[in-house]
Amino acid sequence: MRSAGGYTEYHPRWYRKRVSTYWWLHSWAYFRFILRELSSVSVAYFVVLTLFQIRALTRGPQAYAEFESPLIIVLSVISFLFVVFHAITWFNLTPSAVAIRIGGKRLPDILIAAPNYAAWVVISATVAWFVLGG
Amino acid sequence: MPQTITLEVTRYSPESDTEPRTQEFEVPCHKEWVVLDALNHIKNELDGSLSYRWSCRMGVCGSCGMMVNGEPTLTCAAFLHSYAPGPIRVEPLRYFPVVRDLVVDITDFLSKLQKIKPWIVREQEKPLSEGEYLQTPQELDTFKQFSMCINCMLCYSACPVYGLEPDFTGPAAIALAQRYNMDSRDQGTAERLEILSQEEGIWGCTFVGECTKVCPKNVDPAGAIQQYKLAATMDWFKSVLMPWGAK
Repeated sequence: MRSAGGYTEYHPRWYRKRVSTYWWLHSWAYFRFILRELSSVSVAYFVVLTLFQIRALTRGPQAYAEFESPLIIVLSVISFLFVVFHAITWFNLTPSAVAIRIGGKRLPDILIAAPNYAAWVVISATVAWFVLGG
Repeated sequence: MPQTITLEVTRYSPESDTEPRTQEFEVPCHKEWVVLDALNHIKNELDGSLSYRWSCRMGVCGSCGMMVNGEPTLTCAAFLHSYAPGPIRVEPLRYFPVVRDLVVDITDFLSKLQKIKPWIVREQEKPLSEGEYLQTPQELDTFKQFSMCINCMLCYSACPVYGLEPDFTGPAAIALAQRYNMDSRDQGTAERLEILSQEEGIWGCTFVGECTKVCPKNVDPAGAIQQYKLAATMDWFKSVLMPWGAK
């Protein structure tokens, strides 16, 4: 069989456009996607911060007080907003990845997304209860 | 509604141009006209040298996909009046090499489509005398959505991953692979996974999700790819946790 690519060799002057480095600035949807991907840096930031805070806890109140610097507070607030964005965007995307069928019918999106939010609330409340000395 | 509307059409002649240029055409803005009608008007009345693909005019053949005002669109389904007062920018599908004017080369898509074996694979065909492979309506429902693809390639033009990594198998081909994987008559899932578990297969997708938004047939290729990833991961876990389990 003649390959499908056969006919292309007679078009030696195709025009191929290079994708701009700033393609993600061309539409809000792409920009939002890049924000979502970047938000994982904030997730990593909190993981590292928590590890350092646990280490500081073992070294006494003096070491822990160092985390109260304005820079860390500002960074944490920004990161927190990104983590919330990260969680919401991913929770809202779970229904596309999880197709559960019951009785031949696919479960509605809300039933796939809602448990994520419920788990988020329950886990956050439990952690808050422990931290605030419940 | 305006009497006429301006179309800014990309022109590229491989014989004389080094890069595409834009040509403006003033066309009547009839209520019932779509962008494809305007292109046909240009071809018939204004400039017969304009090249573009089209066939059915009713969203079935998937030939007339172009960028309309920067969005991958079937031009047979894009009414002129919804872009009024214009102008309307009509460009060839993004990320594909341009052959001439609005015609792109689709060889890459066709070869990727073929690679994922978009047909029913059987380990052993049963003899004709045993009749057809039966399927319940529920079994049909599981893959029907993914089978509606008309190969218009709008999803490729919406996918920045395909633009940046041309080796990426791409939304439509993976959705079609998933369509056959989910077909109760098919036994080719493992064969397809071998091809699609590579970096340029399902794992190349970063879930931008735009393929699903531009799909004129509601195929949801982004969903198909994520479901494929989930199934592949489960398979991998099963093979690690229960290596004795039959594949």
